[in-house]
Amino acid sequence: MYSHQVGAELFRFPDLRTLMARATPLRSGDQLAGIAAATDVERVAAQAALAEVPLKTFLTEALIPYEADEVTRLIIDTHDKAAFAPISHMTVGDFRDWLLSDAADSAALAALAPGLTPEMAAAVSKLCRVQDLILIASKCRVVTKFRNTLGLEKRLATRLQPNHPTDDLRGIAASTFDGLMYGSGDAVIGINPATDNLHATVELLHLLDEVIQEYNVPTQSCVLSHVTNTMAAIEEGAPVDLTFQSIAGTEAANTSFGITLDILTEGHDATQSLKRGTVGQNCMYFETGQGSCLSADAHHGVDQQTLEARAYAVARKYQPLLVNTVVGFIGPEYLYDGRQIIRAGLEDHFCGKLLGVPMGCDICYTNHAESDQNDMDILLTLLGAAGINYIMGIPGSDDVMLSYQTTSFHDALYARRLLGLRPAPEFEEWLDKMGLMPSDGAFTPASRPPAALSQRMTLLEAE
Amino acid sequence: MTKLPDLYEPDAQRAEDPWAGLRRHTSARIALGRTGVSLSTARNLEFQMAHAQARTAVHSPLDLDALEADLGQPLLRVASRAPDRAAYLQRPDWGRRLDTESVAKVEAARPASAPDVALVLADGLSSLATQQSAPGFLKAFQPLLEEAGLSVAPLVVATQGRVAIGDEIAAILGAKLVVMLIGERPGLSAADSLGLYLTWAPKVGRTDADRNCISNIRPGGQSYEDAAYRAAWLAREAFKLQLSGVGLKDRTVTVDAKAQVEG
Repeated sequence: MYSHQVGAELFRFPDLRTLMARATPLRSGDQLAGIAAATDVERVAAQAALAEVPLKTFLTEALIPYEADEVTRLIIDTHDKAAFAPISHMTVGDFRDWLLSDAADSAALAALAPGLTPEMAAAVSKLCRVQDLILIASKCRVVTKFRNTLGLEKRLATRLQPNHPTDDLRGIAASTFDGLMYGSGDAVIGINPATDNLHATVELLHLLDEVIQEYNVPTQSCVLSHVTNTMAAIEEGAPVDLTFQSIAGTEAANTSFGITLDILTEGHDATQSLKRGTVGQNCMYFETGQGSCLSADAHHGVDQQTLEARAYAVARKYQPLLVNTVVGFIGPEYLYDGRQIIRAGLEDHFCGKLLGVPMGCDICYTNHAESDQNDMDILLTLLGAAGINYIMGIPGSDDVMLSYQTTSFHDALYARRLLGLRPAPEFEEWLDKMGLMPSDGAFTPASRPPAALSQRMTLLEAE
Repeated sequence: MTKLPDLYEPDAQRAEDPWAGLRRHTSARIALGRTGVSLSTARNLEFQMAHAQARTAVHSPLDLDALEADLGQPLLRVASRAPDRAAYLQRPDWGRRLDTESVAKVEAARPASAPDVALVLADGLSSLATQQSAPGFLKAFQPLLEEAGLSVAPLVVATQGRVAIGDEIAAILGAKLVVMLIGERPGLSAADSLGLYLTWAPKVGRTDADRNCISNIRPGGQSYEDAAYRAAWLAREAFKLQLSGVGLKDRTVTVDAKAQVEG
């Protein structure tokens, strides 16, 4: 039992799970689940009670029972007590104060990551304002490598996302060239396929591999199909750089995605065995998003932000190259408007980075959410300031396959110019060498394709 | 008067992308050009207009009088438990159920002998789609049901409705099959896609796995005639197999994928 007195009124919270839900800043998904605070006063009372909870409590009071959920077992069984030791005496409130202090520098935060559980990260995030989420996350560095180096300070990478409604190879190639001309694609060139058809997946993998090989692009490709589909493609000898999977924070939600931790291990091992990386072998790509557990009716009465943080515990087990929250994709029944989407994007980035996960964000919205490009500009600017590893890049913000809006090639250049954020070093050098974008820090793309690209682009135009 | 230096010539500062010819391969917004690294005024306004149209499709109420006139047949008007659009968007559970008054209305309309098929229309996420395409589709579809010898319950329209509200309506009407027409989530390139959901033995609690779906019914997408043909085929098969959903495979061959791409 947890409680907090406000004047004459005593607010009671029967267990830690309820306390966490009531302390969460307002969002429609928790209201839909019937677990949100009823009033603003109850919410702050819950935050005050949560601030007094010792961090150690999260190691003994599981929000989802150990016996019932393999994600809980993963979190508890892999918890690093030695890394946790320096903060083991703190309450959640003390922890926030320490994170904001000068003692919590990049080295201290990196050393702490294995000692943190997702529930601890989620709890402290609920006590943070937006500026806290940004300032603390900006001190965290999570660096990963495959054919280039991602997550370095003052660097921002982009996933070139050349989706097409019917996976037309010429259409995908057209969007890929468009993105390269704007300097996009260092995080990954990653396609959401229109179907789960294996043949189509293999065909797309070959297309991307050809582009990367022909121009010697220091980047990696990915077709965002189900992990079992990618494993089948590997068996067929397809050129798989990264294996993708959507993941969530409970075993039941992962089951609804058709995965278990064992399946992810198999996918990881199969991909790793190809050894296609040059500067490193981080070979997994995961996507997440608040609300996925509730949407699968697999939330156990836990708030959606805490469940999202638990998905990062799943991710970090596999040392991924890339992890991103698809923050506004799921719809207004989980994150109603720009205000909720912006806060959620910053929370997700903060929790992921604290836990040692290479966080990116699909800064996005759907047309039935109360949101627009202005909200995305705000979130992009804030995440750029917070040191996000990567964002999406799509022609003109409009995904014509998935029917939602995310950040464009232009948006990434805006963030680079405003905040001085350079591409991954290997990719930046390649852009310069190819005549696509000089590495002079002005981030001005070439106005016309260099000879090497223009020939292929002209041929494609004529096809 | 001396000519202004080039520095102040907007045309000289805007870079066009010379690969605009690649647009023939995709509806994606490629080769947009730039001013500095930003979108030009014209490109920015194009996007804003597409988004405004999509939002209008989400937020405009269905004009029931106009719909009834276009259909040329009476509509039984019912409402979900979502009192307004904001509630509808945040509470999918409310949009799946009839409000109390509507339950009574549907009960009163229940035919003496159980009908084979219930036809239900709903605004869904794009009233524009329902307003625009439901009459044309039904004009093609209703004669096919008649040809198949299937009896049809009174036509119902639900406002602030989600797909599953059709299950409750059809169950009260005593229908064996429900065909639900509902506005789909609008994208920037098409804000007017109508979706069709066909569910055997409708009742509260059916899930997506129990349904067959035909989507993107609209001018420039899947034509009314093709959609009606496929829906009638699925309806006949549902009666034959006594099921719908994952066990009922669409084996028709009229899918016009090209129209979807170019729309």
